[in-house]
Amino acid sequence: MKLRKVTAASAAVIALALTATACGEGAAEKDAKGGSEGGKGKITVGIKFDQPGLGQKTPQGYAGFDVDVAKYVAKELGYSEDQIEFKESKSQDRENMLSRGDVDFIAATYSINDEREKKVDFAGPYLLAHQDLLVRADDDSIKSAEDLNSKKLCSVTGSTSAQNVKQKLAPKAQLQEYPTYSACLTGLQNGAVDALTTDDSILAGYAAQDSHKGKFKLAGLELSNENYGIGVKEGSDLKAKINAALEKMVSDGSWEKAVEANFGPANYENEPAPKIGDIKK
Amino acid sequence: MFDFLEGYDLLGAFWATVQLTVYSAIGSLIWGTLLAGMRVGPVPLMRTFGTAYVNFVRNIPLTVIILFSSLGLNQTLGVKLGGGEDFDTINFRLAVLGLIVYTSAFVCEALRSGINTVPLGQAEAARALGLNFGQVLQLIVLPQAFRAAVNPLANVLIALTKNTTVAAVIGVAEASLLMNEMIENEAQLVLIGAVFAFGFVCLTLPTGVLMGLLGKKVAVKR
Amino acid sequence: MSASVLYEAQGPRAKARNVIYTAVFLVAVAVLLWWVYTSLDEKGQLDWALWSPFFGSEAWTTYFLPGLKNTLLAAALSLVIALPLGAVLGIARLSDHAWVRVPATVVVEFFRAIPVLILMLFCREVYVAYTGVSSDSRPLYAVVTGLVLYNASVLAEVVRAGILSLPKGQSEAAMAIGLRKNQMMRMVLLPQAVTAMLPAIVSQIVVIVKDTALGGYMLAFPEMLSNATTASSYYGANIIACLTVAAIIFIVVNFALTSFASWLEKRLRRAKKSTGATLAPDGGVDQSGFGGATN
Repeated sequence: MKLRKVTAASAAVIALALTATACGEGAAEKDAKGGSEGGKGKITVGIKFDQPGLGQKTPQGYAGFDVDVAKYVAKELGYSEDQIEFKESKSQDRENMLSRGDVDFIAATYSINDEREKKVDFAGPYLLAHQDLLVRADDDSIKSAEDLNSKKLCSVTGSTSAQNVKQKLAPKAQLQEYPTYSACLTGLQNGAVDALTTDDSILAGYAAQDSHKGKFKLAGLELSNENYGIGVKEGSDLKAKINAALEKMVSDGSWEKAVEANFGPANYENEPAPKIGDIKK
Repeated sequence: MFDFLEGYDLLGAFWATVQLTVYSAIGSLIWGTLLAGMRVGPVPLMRTFGTAYVNFVRNIPLTVIILFSSLGLNQTLGVKLGGGEDFDTINFRLAVLGLIVYTSAFVCEALRSGINTVPLGQAEAARALGLNFGQVLQLIVLPQAFRAAVNPLANVLIALTKNTTVAAVIGVAEASLLMNEMIENEAQLVLIGAVFAFGFVCLTLPTGVLMGLLGKKVAVKR
Repeated sequence: MSASVLYEAQGPRAKARNVIYTAVFLVAVAVLLWWVYTSLDEKGQLDWALWSPFFGSEAWTTYFLPGLKNTLLAAALSLVIALPLGAVLGIARLSDHAWVRVPATVVVEFFRAIPVLILMLFCREVYVAYTGVSSDSRPLYAVVTGLVLYNASVLAEVVRAGILSLPKGQSEAAMAIGLRKNQMMRMVLLPQAVTAMLPAIVSQIVVIVKDTALGGYMLAFPEMLSNATTASSYYGANIIACLTVAAIIFIVVNFALTSFASWLEKRLRRAKKSTGATLAPDGGVDQSGFGGATN
């Protein structure tokens, strides 16, 4: 009986604390705008933070082809460079980030496919990449997809490239999966794996890094077509504007410049700028 | 409602989780006991080593330890742990190794707390009988310490079960890897999370209850 | 260290034997370290190029320090919320009333059973669905909430075990002098239990600091470990070097935490508010015994 006050009080505190920490349903005011949350005069863009050549966080800011495309598009949409807020968008989280409205658009090696098109809209494509292999510079043993079955491959856990290998290309190949591509390079360098497989645009970025020059090369197999698009929220009116911006980017030569600046050092033979809406299967 | 589960080997994934748990539990029990022995033993250097080991390992995130065992041991130093050329086997064993390295630090601490519950007189009596350190530990102290340490060890075991999810970072196909894959492919994130949470509750709650009963049953009455 | 009760004071023969054990052990450790060193060197993992970034300021100001800040922030917030919540849950589990005890038990058992990563994912979805938390702060909220739910349940068990570890005479005496139950808890039991609980609470803080790393893995919370991975892709895939640096930072931070806590514990103990009982890190009770042997 005497403990009743304490227990009642503690129960009340538990209830309070749980609601305060766990949900706080009372304050369920959902952001109805659907667009940016970052406040007025800002545009939020999802990019990768750990892919040199495409989207990489560096001490000097963000750099890479995706970043340049995003900056150009943002400029065409009427935002200056310091109004852009870059956010990391992990592969598995991209659709959700868009549908939640966390970001206005995503340019993060985001290849257009049917599954994703059900959930989000794509502007572009702005780059055609292919799944390829990064091998040691002295390794010439991989000439076609069939050679892969006896090889040890490495890729990012659950990525489309990894699933592609497992299900279609080389079901018998050994596949090591890591959360990030840079982990694969250690094994590739030491011979623990024979090839790192993902889009050639990503691989080129790694091959071009100072510490890797001369150590790795691309095998040059076009194992798949990856049409990089800019993801926007389903039904967003940004799609048309971004498409216009991308078209302009190609026609005024900025696209070529961005490719040169980011892929040039890697000797990456990029495909010509794709036409808007022209998705190569 | 649960049609998203189709085409996924949910039971297989949880079976891998169970296997990881069992092997790691056995390994860390052995290595943890040795560590505890070192920490209370007469050789100063081993005492220092035991203390240093526990303090280092306990303070590093498990993710780092498991990544080290894969990237460092396997990919760089070429250690295969007898797994031949099969990545699945090698990764499984590396994950078990990483879990053992990590968990044994906690087993050691649990055992030490168990050793502390054994009354002084027990060890004094044992020494009076002429038993040496190894005999005191093996015959008198550890049997009682283990009984007293059942509950803390149960906590370690439950933590270990949940920690096996970290093995996903080196691509061991256990429950959380499957969860990541499903989240990547399917839309029902919350529902998928709920299914896996339920799976873990099914694994850990009975462990806790059974070990609790065992603890009560074997407890030394004083 | 005083002589242990587990073995006799050492005579000349035992001492000689110890020297041999020590030597053998040293050689074994040295051989192992040498093998690791030479193999790493041979594979080029010790190249200056891989490690040089850490000796400039860039890597620290871009990746490690912001990451460390986020790690510590999330850990501190989680601890500050989880500690009182855990105390309340722990006391509630000791209540005489089933309507308080049973829900508290269910909450504690449930949240202890689920991996923290799954809890974090869950919390994020809850924040998305029911609150207006902006997407910038959502990863932090989700990480902290997940850590709070889990650690509050663990701390609840620590508190409960701490109170139960006190000699029965304490509560009997408190009742005998006519204290109410809440007075007994507040004035007699809790102050004594706190010193007994400290080691366990500290090791839980270490767990919290380490578990923030789970937030980087799937929730894009920019804590130290995920920043270290980002750094490794910028500096040419020196992931072993980056992870080593991250591990060292974790060890230093956690070691500082544990040292501070043991200092605090000694102070509290000197204040003579405790019965001398301590709780082992995992909730086991450590009442008497081989003080000398446990260092």
